[in-house]
Amino acid sequence: MSGAESIRVDLGVIAEMVTPGTKVLDVGCGDGALLAWLVERKGVDGRGMELSQQGVNACVARGLSVIQGDADTDLADYPAGAFDYVILSQTLQATRNPRLVVEQLLRIGRHAIVSFPNFGFWKVRTHLLLGGTMPMTSCLAEPWYSTPNIHLCTIRDFLDMTVAMGVSVERGLAVNGDGASRPIRGAGRLANLFGEQAVFQLARG
Amino acid sequence: MTIFAEPENPAPGPEAEAGASLAASAGKRALLGVDAPLRLDSGATLGPFTVAYETYGTLDSLKSNAVLVCHALTGDHYAASTHPMTGKPGWWGDLIGPGKVIDTDRFFVVCSNVLGGCMGTTGPRDTNPATGRPYGLDFPVITIGDMVRAQGLLLDHLGIETLFCVIGGSMGGMQVLQWASACPERVFAAVPIATAARHSAQNIAFHEVGRQAIMADPEWRGGAYLDAGTRPRAGLAVARMAAHITYLSEPALHRKFGRRLQSRDRLGFSFDADFQVESYLRHQGSSFVERFDANSYLYITRAMDYFDLWEANGGSLPKAFEGTRTRFCVVSFTSDWLFPTAENRKIVHALNAAAANVSFVEIETDKGHDAFLLDEPEFHSTMSGFISSAWAARQKAVRG
Repeated sequence: MSGAESIRVDLGVIAEMVTPGTKVLDVGCGDGALLAWLVERKGVDGRGMELSQQGVNACVARGLSVIQGDADTDLADYPAGAFDYVILSQTLQATRNPRLVVEQLLRIGRHAIVSFPNFGFWKVRTHLLLGGTMPMTSCLAEPWYSTPNIHLCTIRDFLDMTVAMGVSVERGLAVNGDGASRPIRGAGRLANLFGEQAVFQLARG
Repeated sequence: MTIFAEPENPAPGPEAEAGASLAASAGKRALLGVDAPLRLDSGATLGPFTVAYETYGTLDSLKSNAVLVCHALTGDHYAASTHPMTGKPGWWGDLIGPGKVIDTDRFFVVCSNVLGGCMGTTGPRDTNPATGRPYGLDFPVITIGDMVRAQGLLLDHLGIETLFCVIGGSMGGMQVLQWASACPERVFAAVPIATAARHSAQNIAFHEVGRQAIMADPEWRGGAYLDAGTRPRAGLAVARMAAHITYLSEPALHRKFGRRLQSRDRLGFSFDADFQVESYLRHQGSSFVERFDANSYLYITRAMDYFDLWEANGGSLPKAFEGTRTRFCVVSFTSDWLFPTAENRKIVHALNAAAANVSFVEIETDKGHDAFLLDEPEFHSTMSGFISSAWAARQKAVRG
């Protein structure tokens, strides 16, 4: 993918899912790297939401329309169907009510693109099994007492939730640290073992 | 006494007889409403009337670079130039100028004194042509909408069709919202700062305290004090003192003054200004009356009280911005309890609901409402980023 070198590999995977010229909301957009990339390279009408003042300032300074807000509380203020895509990258596991957040994403957008660290990844499993301590990997870099992650899940857990919610999974990709991605098929058993992160594109059921 | 940042030019002006120093304001003037008077929200008409204004920078050949700066309750059009009465630098001199956030090398900045003001624009202190005497309370009650209509006539007069940006804090922010709502086609970008889409009950209450202080002063004389050659100095000073507290924050007051004593080392067991904070407020009050007209204070506070973009749109704020193509940047300050973040967020929510192009930041500061007038680097860098990127988009739109 051209230009993907300028953004993180997992963001590149997300960017590839977005149709050019669409309307996109990036929830938890950080310093706006993905959003800026989508606006410049894919001509999307992009908006963002970010909790930190530092992140919002960085976004506004690069010309992005970003509001300071919290995914758990402030998504409710967006009208239904306002966006083609709502992106939530590496944030779901830090929300208080992930299911409600995903519901909000699909209320606001026709599609939701959600990425999260896969707690079923073999290194995570072996870390806990053999080490006996809370797993720490490149995706889970903080110790248990200071991590913002409060709702970690595996790829299979996430798929179970989509079934419970009656949400359709349009695409699923397991992504490794080097950016290599492979489609998640069936019940996702292999991906659940070998994928360090997952990226799902969802739609209302 | 230089113990506090003094954002609104509060230095004592030269002692003067009643009203004399107020007449000394200079700057540019436009006579408007000559062909047809301005129809006010109250149903009354006004005209011809004068608008006093200042400009900075040069209007480009495409007339695409005009920035309208809207001032707050007790501000004026000297946004970036020395105040003729106080000798203080402009109230937004830090922001407006060559190479600054509102770069006068790029933009043509217009700032006018609001309708009902007392710095050159027609207000209650001016002569009522019907009587040949100062208007006083015969001046019609004006609204934020009326102020914006008067500014619109000024822009017509200056040959400016559309504004690149309209920007202002507090009551200036109300004007920004009114502009964006009433004339969206004339506004490319809008920056409402530390403001609200309607004045809260608490804020109306504070204003009423100020007005009652003025009206309780026997020298107010039912509003006809200029006829009597006097002014309600004590009442206006108390109004200013009470209002000034609402512009600050408890931590800022504590940091600047604490319980420190003024020019003494023990309590005086009297009602002199024992504490520094008392001395500071007295100074704020007494210097304010040198530059501001008491009736103007009544009229402008009333205009803020009447502002309600919900009511004006059948109870729906998003309706105020329906279909807007203006890009917005809303700014609030953490310690501002007069126009708190929650009020600013309501604007953001409405803009989101209207699918508007909106950014929002809450700036961390302990300086209270007045932070928008002070040196706040994060605030300035956010504004700078927004204005630069909006300007790039504006140029693309104009040339493309």
